[in-house]
Amino acid sequence: MKKTIMAVAIGAVALTAPNMQAMASEDLNFDAYRQMLADGNPAELFEMEGEELWRTARGPKNATLEQCDLGVGAGVVDGAAAQLPRFFADTGKVQDLESRLMHCMETLQGIPSAEIINGKFRQGERGKLASLVAYVVTHSNGKKVQVDLSHPKMKEMYDMGEKVFYYRTGAMDFSCASCHSQDGKRIRATQLPNITTSKGAAEGWGSWPAYRVSNSQFWTMQHRLWDCFRQQRTAEPVFASDVTIALSVFMAGKGNGYEAVWPGVKR
Amino acid sequence: MKKTLMFAPLALCASVSLAADLDAKVAEMMKTSFKANGIASIERQVQDEVQKACSSPTQPDAATMKRLEEAQMATIQWPANGDYTGGDWKEGAKIAISGRGLTWTDPTPDNNGGGCYNCHAMDPKEVSAGTIGPSLVGYGKLRGNSEPMVKYTWGKLWNSKAYNACSDMPRNGFGKILTETQIRHVMAYLFDPESPVNK
Ligand code: HEC
Ligand code: HEC
Repeated sequence: MKKTIMAVAIGAVALTAPNMQAMASEDLNFDAYRQMLADGNPAELFEMEGEELWRTARGPKNATLEQCDLGVGAGVVDGAAAQLPRFFADTGKVQDLESRLMHCMETLQGIPSAEIINGKFRQGERGKLASLVAYVVTHSNGKKVQVDLSHPKMKEMYDMGEKVFYYRTGAMDFSCASCHSQDGKRIRATQLPNITTSKGAAEGWGSWPAYRVSNSQFWTMQHRLWDCFRQQRTAEPVFASDVTIALSVFMAGKGNGYEAVWPGVKR
Repeated sequence: MKKTLMFAPLALCASVSLAADLDAKVAEMMKTSFKANGIASIERQVQDEVQKACSSPTQPDAATMKRLEEAQMATIQWPANGDYTGGDWKEGAKIAISGRGLTWTDPTPDNNGGGCYNCHAMDPKEVSAGTIGPSLVGYGKLRGNSEPMVKYTWGKLWNSKAYNACSDMPRNGFGKILTETQIRHVMAYLFDPESPVNK
């Protein structure tokens, strides 16, 4: 049954995608096709796969993720993403959704984190993790971002994230701020949110993970940040490393109070 | 009375050293959270003087800016034969359009684009031009090709930080993003009366 739904949905995407691409190059108005996609976000395929992965016994320990604590109680998915990243007492670390899921996969299922950290986006266990992300964030869609910055480790991560945001380095002297610190700026035809404002931070944070129409791929926030670092011409950030968590705390914390649109749809 | 006097500077010291701690932690994290990949080495994570001074929402004081700019000015290589604009504007157009180069997915550090259109409007017919930098439409036509103008533009392309230490524009020559020959082509794209930039 599920299979047929997937097949039908894939068919629909394949039919409409070229259209959307043509539109994207002609029409810079992004809202128009976000609207168009509103009742058929292809990310739903990933969400369905993620839900199944959550409930399926897997890994060396042959366990499901239904006991995974994303911060609001074991097995609770509703509203969990809107409160991440957060400090977790059991690991003594600040974790985002992706590093927390990775932790659950390791502790509950026995899937080694190294496999994910050393893997590739959209492949293997890191690919499965992305589907789980799609499932979890869907249950925070429309909720207000509510990240608790009161724990000293969260505060420190926020401060470090802010510093990283302005940290210029690499072959082209860019920092995140080079591309994301002014209102209404564009690179080529692509609009860039001003992440130094709460509204802009929420726009960025609260719309990823997202389905990217231009390449028909589902990207998580870790993937998004990885590609921004690539454009920044730095060395390659390690998956779920401190720098990615710090930036996530900074963006989520700054975007507190704004509604998340999860998963997003992007050009 | 004396006690309060003593405490105040101590408190100040503490907050200054806390800030320095945080900076050190961040610099460390910028190394440990990354790995080398292809041409993108871990050295890229270490800041030079200009990058370090320009890594906060507020730029350094005027004296520091001036000092940095003078040091950057001294790095500019002026064309040995005095040929600033004798390149081929058609080649320059390709360099201005291409935004590729120097990422960890690029196989070599050579044949990079300048990525000018990422940030600047140049040929008025090109609609998908970025807006991070000012419009350069009609550059040569509007500014003429006097020696100071041509020299300034060469210098700006070679090392943008010589004129504004915290410029968002990359240092094309200094950073080995573009070669001298490529910069000459881009100069032609900006100044040649036949270039679409000036039509
Ligand atoms: C050289 C340019 C450049 C740099 C540097 C850069 N970005 Fe980006 N960023 C982009 C572009 C272009 C997009 C839009 C990409 C797209 O839509 O496909 C983007 C998108 C984003 C988004 C999603 C915004 C949205 O509304 O969809 C976030 C969040 C983001 N960047 C954060 C960062 C952070 C954090 C850094 C620093 C680590 C950074 N960026 C550095 C160019 C850059
Ligand atoms: C990431 C953004 C970015 C890129 C890429 C970039 N520039 Fe710039 N450029 C700027 C900004 C911002 C300024 C504004 C002045 C300043 O602060 O440096 C500028 C200024 C200039 C100026 C001086 C304009 C004036 O009015 O004096 C010239 C000329 C110029 N750029 C040419 C180029 C060319 C040619 C390229 C490509 C080889 C290029 N730029 C690439 C951002 C950029």
